Amino acid sequence: MSGVLRFVLAATAVLLILEHFAVAQERAAQPTVEPTAPAGNVDSGKKLFVSAGCALCHNGEGQGGGPGPRLAPNPNMLAFKVFAQRVREPINAMPPYTAKVMSDQQLADIYAFLRTVPKPPDVSTIPLLK
Amino acid sequence: MADSEKDKDLVGRRGFLKGAAAGGIGTLAMGTGAIAAPQVAAPPAPKLGPGPAEGDPVGRVELLTTDRPGSDFMVDVLKSLGFEYVAANPGSSFRSLHESLINYGGNKAPELLTCCHEESSVGIAHGYANVEGKPMLVMAHSTVGLQHAAMNIYNAWVGRVPMFVVLGNTLDATMRRPGVEWKHSAQDAAAIVRDYTKWDDNPVSLPHFAESAVRAYRISMALPREPVVLVADSELQERPVAKDANLRIPKLTLDAPPWGDAGSVTEVARLLVAAENPVVIAGGATRSQQGMERFIEFVEALQVPVVDQENNLPSRHPLITSRAALRNADVILGLEVEDFWGMLHTVRDQLERTTRSNTRPGVKVLNISIAESPLRTNYQDFQRYQEFDLSITADAEATLPVLIEAVKRLLTSNHRAAIQNRGKALAEAQQSAIARERVEATYGWNSSPISLARLAAEVWAQVKHEDWAGGRELANFQWDYDKYYRYDHFRSAQGAGGRLPAAVGAALAHRKHGRLYVNLQKDGDLMYAPGALWTAAHHKIPFLSVMHNNRAYHQEVMHIQSMANRRERGIFDRAGIGTAITEPNIDYAKMAQSMGLYAEGPITNPNDLGPAIQRAIAVVKRGEPALLDVVTQAR
Repeated sequence: MSGVLRFVLAATAVLLILEHFAVAQERAAQPTVEPTAPAGNVDSGKKLFVSAGCALCHNGEGQGGGPGPRLAPNPNMLAFKVFAQRVREPINAMPPYTAKVMSDQQLADIYAFLRTVPKPPDVSTIPLLK
Repeated sequence: MADSEKDKDLVGRRGFLKGAAAGGIGTLAMGTGAIAAPQVAAPPAPKLGPGPAEGDPVGRVELLTTDRPGSDFMVDVLKSLGFEYVAANPGSSFRSLHESLINYGGNKAPELLTCCHEESSVGIAHGYANVEGKPMLVMAHSTVGLQHAAMNIYNAWVGRVPMFVVLGNTLDATMRRPGVEWKHSAQDAAAIVRDYTKWDDNPVSLPHFAESAVRAYRISMALPREPVVLVADSELQERPVAKDANLRIPKLTLDAPPWGDAGSVTEVARLLVAAENPVVIAGGATRSQQGMERFIEFVEALQVPVVDQENNLPSRHPLITSRAALRNADVILGLEVEDFWGMLHTVRDQLERTTRSNTRPGVKVLNISIAESPLRTNYQDFQRYQEFDLSITADAEATLPVLIEAVKRLLTSNHRAAIQNRGKALAEAQQSAIARERVEATYGWNSSPISLARLAAEVWAQVKHEDWAGGRELANFQWDYDKYYRYDHFRSAQGAGGRLPAAVGAALAHRKHGRLYVNLQKDGDLMYAPGALWTAAHHKIPFLSVMHNNRAYHQEVMHIQSMANRRERGIFDRAGIGTAITEPNIDYAKMAQSMGLYAEGPITNPNDLGPAIQRAIAVVKRGEPALLDVVTQAR
């Protein structure tokens, strides 16, 4: 693949992701149903989130705060297709989780887990944060 | 040397120095950087032994006592330099100096701090110097002691920290006791740390010691400040002072910091005033409250956004911005920036390492720094080469008055209108960022292990009404570092094992000001040399240590995970092999209690934090150290 083509593809991918975020930001703050997401096992996903090392950077419930951004709870959760792409071929320093080491089903389990993480308490209800 | 000559020399050294030792020295006072040169009084006569021992040359009189060993004079010299404390793990190569410090010197100024490891001694001196702005004395025991001390000396070197290490050694092979003293002696004792110390010397006489000690102090305090090593030969320490020694202590004068030349500084000011989107990156740009106030005046005159790496501004100052501001900058001024290239670029740590610039083409990059010029070759702590459009080798803090004057001279009314708008926009952006951070803190609020955001909020709620100081590891949007001393300015090579003793040293420096020092203590760092806790308890050094106990060398867990992912193998539950600190979990509270500290934990329920912190602070306010073992999220 030529350098130019690689650049065009990479730029297109970045634009697609940015477009996704832009669209997602405009949506209402309600959890969206992801029609293309495969069925996942929440319990399995919760265990995988720790055993596969996701929690190392995104913390135990995907809340972020460390080197990895917050993943959950997130009303604007990435579509599964984009989520999978980011995990398989990260655009930053995140280690790649290829299909060889993490199956699509395992990925779907983690995705399902992240979608069930409950909302945090409202900031106005926490005296220490006022 | 022939035996007869050796014997003659022995007699000369040990046998007939009666009347040679010097008496006490007048009280010395450190004025404004200059110290008077005192003269040494005549010594009393030493006691003689019962007579020649079996096998000694006929007629020899053995000398068993002295009232004036060389190390007494060394104490005079060290007292003249104004040391408050000397941190040491005891060692026979400086036994004479040790005894002189506690008996002749009265164990005051400097007072001995008993340390359980030389790494702790040096780390304590590091933390103390960050707060006090001057060196602590450290004594280290010859070969093995300096080897123990070496890593934290490197931490201090990278941190640009003044430090004065006195190293015991026995150079004269004929004077060494058989056995271990040979193993604890070196030809060139300071050699192993020469790559990361600023200066060292191996004096062969007491006048030489005095001159080199004063010189070493001056060099350590000249910018960039760094550790120095002075070898105190054991023979020089233990031998009585010669009658005709004519000892004096040279005057110490500290060097004024160098500031930038007017022409270059005016050009910096001109570029900043003319810029549409200037940004200042502030590394270790200030060293004092006065420096902080000067820096505030400078950035407010320009209403320029500041990427503040080391709390040069009060942490809630509205001009503080994030690194993202660099993307749109047309002029960037760095003041004592440790890794300038790294600030302007991003390196992607994947199998193929790629870099990208974080700035736009044509940006003017300006630099004022004295601390970040490479001093040595071997250890690569000077980062990648950054190209500059203008660079001034000068101390940023000392240059600020000239820079402020130049900026104010160049500002017109047209500039002022644009500048005020810029400042207003920055203040609004900062308020938005704080609001976002406040909401982010709610995520994982009730998690167990406890989130760092929750921990930060809980500790802040208990310390905010105190006169507090601490590191920045706990800092969030709430923590108000409004004075220079709030932040302990700890910078190092990130060699693990440095943080705990540095916290003890910082707390010691804050003790006389009655400040509550708070340390966020990582579990991995604590286990390198936990004996520093005992030192804190023994010397009643009050501070609150709150643990960030993620039960791992967590950064290394991430590195191993990353390697496994790249190689597409072993990504599940393998990264903890060799990196996790579990099975068994360490009971840090019990460990601290065993060394005399008040301690609680492990705390896993976030709702237990507040009362535990209150109890611990009550102990600290009584003048004792306290530790809370808090089991936390990974990061």
